[in-house]
Amino acid sequence: MPEVPLKLTMKDFKSDQEVRWCPGCGDYAILAAVQNFMPELGIPRERITFISGIGCSSRFPYYMNTYGMHSIHGRAPAIASGLSVSRPDLSVWVVTGDGDALSIGGNHLIHALRRNVNLKILLFNNRIYGLTKGQYSPTSELGKITKSTPVGSADSPFNPISLALGAEATFVARTLDSDRKHLQSVLRAAAQHEGSAFIEIYQNCNIFNDGAFDTLKEPETREDYLIRLEHGEPITFGAQGQWSVVHPPGGFGLKVVPTESAEASDIVIHDQTISEPAYAFALSRLPEGDNRHTPIGVFRSVDRPSYDRLVTDQLTEAKAKLTAEPEAELASLLSSGDTWTIL
Amino acid sequence: MSKQVRQLDRVVIRFAGDSGDGMQLTGDRFTSETAQLGNDISTLPNFPAEIRAPAGTLPGVSSFQVHFADFDILTPGDAPNVLVAMNPAALKANLPDLPRGAEIIVNTDEFTKRNLAKVGYATNPLEDGSLNGYALHPVALTSMTIKALEALEVSKKDAERAKNMFALGLLSWMYSRPSESTLDFLNRKFASRPHLAQANIAAFKAGWNFGETTEDFAVRYEVKPAQMPPGTYRNITGNVALALGVVAAGVRAKLPVFLGAYPITPASDVLHELSKHKKFGVTTVQAEDEIAAVGVALGASYGGALGVTTTSGPGVALKGETISLAVALELPLLIIDVQRAGPSTGLPTKTEQADLNMALFGRHGEAPVAVIAPNSPSDCFYAAVEAARIALKYRTPVLLLSDGYIANGSEPWRLPEISELPDLQVEFATAPNGPDGQFLPYLRDPETLARPWAVPGTPGLEHRIGGLEKADKTGDISYDPANHDFMVRTRAARIEGIPVPDVEVDDPSDNARILVLGWGSTYGPIGAACRALRARGIDIAQAHLRHLSPMPANLGAVLKSYDKVVIPEMNLGQLAHVIRARFLIDAIGYNQVRGLPFTANELETMLEEVIKSA
Ligand code: SF4
Repeated sequence: MPEVPLKLTMKDFKSDQEVRWCPGCGDYAILAAVQNFMPELGIPRERITFISGIGCSSRFPYYMNTYGMHSIHGRAPAIASGLSVSRPDLSVWVVTGDGDALSIGGNHLIHALRRNVNLKILLFNNRIYGLTKGQYSPTSELGKITKSTPVGSADSPFNPISLALGAEATFVARTLDSDRKHLQSVLRAAAQHEGSAFIEIYQNCNIFNDGAFDTLKEPETREDYLIRLEHGEPITFGAQGQWSVVHPPGGFGLKVVPTESAEASDIVIHDQTISEPAYAFALSRLPEGDNRHTPIGVFRSVDRPSYDRLVTDQLTEAKAKLTAEPEAELASLLSSGDTWTIL
Repeated sequence: MSKQVRQLDRVVIRFAGDSGDGMQLTGDRFTSETAQLGNDISTLPNFPAEIRAPAGTLPGVSSFQVHFADFDILTPGDAPNVLVAMNPAALKANLPDLPRGAEIIVNTDEFTKRNLAKVGYATNPLEDGSLNGYALHPVALTSMTIKALEALEVSKKDAERAKNMFALGLLSWMYSRPSESTLDFLNRKFASRPHLAQANIAAFKAGWNFGETTEDFAVRYEVKPAQMPPGTYRNITGNVALALGVVAAGVRAKLPVFLGAYPITPASDVLHELSKHKKFGVTTVQAEDEIAAVGVALGASYGGALGVTTTSGPGVALKGETISLAVALELPLLIIDVQRAGPSTGLPTKTEQADLNMALFGRHGEAPVAVIAPNSPSDCFYAAVEAARIALKYRTPVLLLSDGYIANGSEPWRLPEISELPDLQVEFATAPNGPDGQFLPYLRDPETLARPWAVPGTPGLEHRIGGLEKADKTGDISYDPANHDFMVRTRAARIEGIPVPDVEVDDPSDNARILVLGWGSTYGPIGAACRALRARGIDIAQAHLRHLSPMPANLGAVLKSYDKVVIPEMNLGQLAHVIRARFLIDAIGYNQVRGLPFTANELETMLEEVIKSA
């Protein structure tokens, strides 16, 4: 049957369920950006599935008029892996949060990434537990005062981008809830990537951790705080391009210096295709405590066969060896090895 | 020299040695030869949890018991008639199980001062008269093997390692076993290393010839083929039978099978076996942990595959939350628990039936699932097919409870005709089922109470499911108290309403007043004990449960028609507890948790006492 060109709109992706996040929550903006982006995929709704874990962000699938599963805490990458590997015809998206993906579900996340399962993973990072009403999360800053840490938390936070790169994820990106254009550009790149695409989305929880990313959003600070990564472009930023990222001579890692003091040849040209994750990792280490020098965009996008493809290839190859109907093959399987007959 | 040939109706042989001595292989080969001959067989391996415990020590002893007969048998045998002991540790560890008069074949080369001291023998038992009550055959197994291979180009170490084949050759001669299959096997196994094939074959033949020529073995035995129903047979362990059952279920359902598993003793062999059968559309994923293993299986079920996960008790504990999700999602899922002795790591290589409570009740909330337990190694095949049938038809998780005893034990299996296996085909939802073209994911089939299985990719049926309580029919999130009460009761009714066959009572005399009730792997020992009692003119009725949830509809009536009900279990009374609670029957528990199956003999004694006191 010839494919009929799809004419879907944002409306087609809205389910009939009432959206129930707190008014002002960053999740609304992400939902709208995703619903608005979906028609671009050109994939019929029935072939798209959203799978989430537990937390505020994990309500997401209920609001998408696609297939969806709101599963259990931390396990979405595992459940989605089973679906994706067994159904290569589907586009499978995982929606998760900082607690869901990095605390209770940390193991599943890193293993999905190292296997390179064909999942698009959206991690809404608000640096707090929202659904359980305000405990610190694995991305909360050291010393964070919350309901469960009245004198400040003693936990050092995870850097989700560093973690994903440590697991050698083949696609790693960061974006912001409030910047629809950027968010969608990252979704677009992720959708085109074969294998795991990991996207950290900074999301404001206006109830329990309001303003966590304000410095990246306020007009006064954002240009000097945000580093917008563009493949093939020199990494300079600031309202007047006054800052640059350079390779410090003789050291590991990367550094931010005033552009005027930098040798032009020392300024890093962003290359997301470098197969060695060390470069992207160095980029992920740039942000400081007040979010100064936070890169957004695609850190890394490299080609590696997806787990789904490798598994499917093995199955296809094995199935090609079927010489008879499965029932007849089954009969010979059962009678393989040493048998004897009683008359 | 012609030797006397004596007819026996049954023999139990135990091969015992160091875990590096190849006793499992030796036992396997002897079993295979015996199967070829047409005897009925039952086997029981017993190995240490350590891969290589220190050589020559008691914890390092590995053994394989094979029971074969010219009639149908139910167990691997209580006590060996013959012990092959490859070293002092093997002798010491196994002697307590040997009845007086049993034959003992020992490898004298290993009875050195040092080896004797290692296991605490102050004097050499071969010389100090302590084995006078047994028929002792001292054989210099190692040195004779080395001597027999002198002419071949093998290292001394390889020659020494072939001693298990010498022992196998000797035993094969003693019991008149056909040797072709072993010779074939060795040629296949060592195809790439012909010198080793030659060495092992030479060792086997040397052992055989030694039996024929030495004065020490004056008698050769024969056990005639058993009367078994006509058909093609193979010998099979429970774990392989489970794997083949899962493959068969996929074929009969015309669905891909998707196994998620994490390695765990004693279930790993099911993963190994299933990973060989990709051509049947079987995908196996070795997951990062037990939770992911059931997670990928559930994800695949959601996508329209037969999702399966295999594990042992500790793994089931970890999977509990995901199984509860599957209860809420009402999707098919097969969870295979090859039980081992617990709690915690417990005795990983030893058997127990103590996960019944967990299977029935071990989840949060009201989370009923179907539970089924095979009763023998070959029955594992049918239990897997039946578990898949229930999972697919009723859209529910099904827990299958095997255990270490039947997982590693083996018996002959008459191969079924594929067409005799149930047709497991299911229909996916393809069109809206509600008014005005709406799709209602929780609109149930009135007969099975199962909801539609609408897999992603089906146009027009896009819907969302999840762990939050769902409204009846629409599946929307619902916090309504009456709806929750209704959904909880409906999920329970769906499981309770699964039709399962009536429990059958075996009471040939029809006069028994005492019923012995079992479940799972205790079928063999209980059955053998009942036969022994009846042979002595004592009436006893036996019933065995395959379906633990739901239970057979006639069970209450059956139990109430006897004066006493005895329930032997390898736990502290888990089934007995359920029976008491459900049927108000004062069941008598007989419980043992030694990591070993019951012996028929102890059950016979126990049952006789109950009968006498009745
Ligand atoms: S608690 Fe925070 S994250 Fe959760 S819905 Fe409310 S604002 Fe959003």
